[in-house]
Amino acid sequence: MSASSQPCITTRDLNLWYAKFQALINVSVDIKEGLITSLIGPSGCGKTTLLRCFNRVNERYGYVTTTGQIRILGKNIYDPDVSLIELRKSVGMVFQRPNPLPISVYENVVFGLRIHGEGDVLRRASLDQAVETALTEVGLWNDLKDRLDAKATTLQLEQQQKLCIARLLPLKPRVILMDEPCSALDVEGTRAIEELMFGLKGRYTILIVTHNMAQARRASDECIFMLLGERVEHRRTEDLFLAPGNPRTAEYIEGRYG
Amino acid sequence: MMFAITPHVRRKQRHETIAKWVFFGMAASMIVPLVLIIGYLVERAWPSLSLGFLIDVPARGMKEGGVWPALVGTIYLVVLSLAVSAPVGVLAAVYLNEYARDNWFNRIINLAVINLAGVPSIVHALFGLGAFVYAARFGYSIISASLTLAIMTLPVIIASTREALASVPRTFREACWNVGATRWQTIKAVVLPNSISGILTGIILQVSRAAGETAPIMFTGAVFFKAVQKGDFFPYRLHEQCMALSMHLYTLSTQVPGVKESVPFATAVLLLGAVILVNATAIILRGYLRARKKW
Repeated sequence: MSASSQPCITTRDLNLWYAKFQALINVSVDIKEGLITSLIGPSGCGKTTLLRCFNRVNERYGYVTTTGQIRILGKNIYDPDVSLIELRKSVGMVFQRPNPLPISVYENVVFGLRIHGEGDVLRRASLDQAVETALTEVGLWNDLKDRLDAKATTLQLEQQQKLCIARLLPLKPRVILMDEPCSALDVEGTRAIEELMFGLKGRYTILIVTHNMAQARRASDECIFMLLGERVEHRRTEDLFLAPGNPRTAEYIEGRYG
Repeated sequence: MMFAITPHVRRKQRHETIAKWVFFGMAASMIVPLVLIIGYLVERAWPSLSLGFLIDVPARGMKEGGVWPALVGTIYLVVLSLAVSAPVGVLAAVYLNEYARDNWFNRIINLAVINLAGVPSIVHALFGLGAFVYAARFGYSIISASLTLAIMTLPVIIASTREALASVPRTFREACWNVGATRWQTIKAVVLPNSISGILTGIILQVSRAAGETAPIMFTGAVFFKAVQKGDFFPYRLHEQCMALSMHLYTLSTQVPGVKESVPFATAVLLLGAVILVNATAIILRGYLRARKKW
């Protein structure tokens, strides 16, 4: 294991309601820094909701109330002195459908810098450098270095998804949240994204929501099983799949329900 | 025999055919009044239709001559009213669609917009008379008439702009939020560039509406006759009254005895032609901008 196993994200008694419906019930987890942690569970179990709590993007959808505590890198993100802008720079998100903006590849990668940067950061040379670094890190540089002006929405889905990851990197995030990042991709694309996750592991804390148990098993270090808004079990992935501690986990990974 | 047609199925097929042709007939019948109206108008207007009709001033007590002062007046009114209602409407729509949370105050704003859109134009006229002519002391003037037209077009611009904004996929906004963009940065970088075609189309369609309405300007700033030099582009001051095409048509048809028959028809053709031209521009512009964006 490549990283210190300090907790990066901790939640305590986290409850969340969409209007009257309670989607998270007393969730307490400790997610370790630098690892890949997967969130699994049947549809509607609250795994995407939990993921979206970590950069407070849930709040944009109205009617959401939250109680409890979320600490990221030791800071309670509901403290009044937390800036959503700074939080989201540090905690980036990748979605189910790749969502590149309908502008060029280059502009997608530097989008965050343009939003936040001023002065020297926005000089052409440093932007060029940022694009090369980010695209190299996600393994797109060789494919796209001659097509930086191409519209991002014309790329293949797999490239689009990698680009969406690359778009986060210039902001130097600490955590990358992935909401079923492979569900729109084919086998090759899925493999490519998983390899990329392994490459990013250590430098970034990665959280991935997945419906695909096989993916959780092969691509994550730790695994959190959720059911009906509760955290049922959180262990090392191999332990969770080989010797689940809770009968509900065992039944789920055996496919008795889903 | 397998799969042979039965009388029951044959009857259903016959009904299917009848239904299709009835629906088609109703839709196709829309063309008939348009063609008849245009044909009738052009035929009656024919003796007066010429370039001179556009740039001449009315002659012999408006019984003959052209429509230049009315044409220019209409342009004044339309430009000025949209100069007010387009920015106000677009900004209001951005607020309602991008910022407003669902609370009682924003629901009241929404209700106001919907109801404002349903107010008959003659009521707008009375409002404009009270508010702009008397209360704000703009008098019977181009300003009063334009503001009245602006109030009338505002709710429709808000509605069409909101529709355009709502058609921008939410994933674009999410992409922005997740690199820590503020709402305004999101709007500037992603929402407006991707909805501009819809917004412009909505605004342009209001050009033809503002040009065509008679009631709101009749009480607030349009006048029967104003002496204007032939071909003068700037004959009016904003605090004065002006002539307008729609008003001119009404005047010629009902208020002036002995008008040469083809003159009001030519005015109508001009008004209709302007509206069709503007609407066509809107459609072409929308098509052009749509072809440029791909997602």
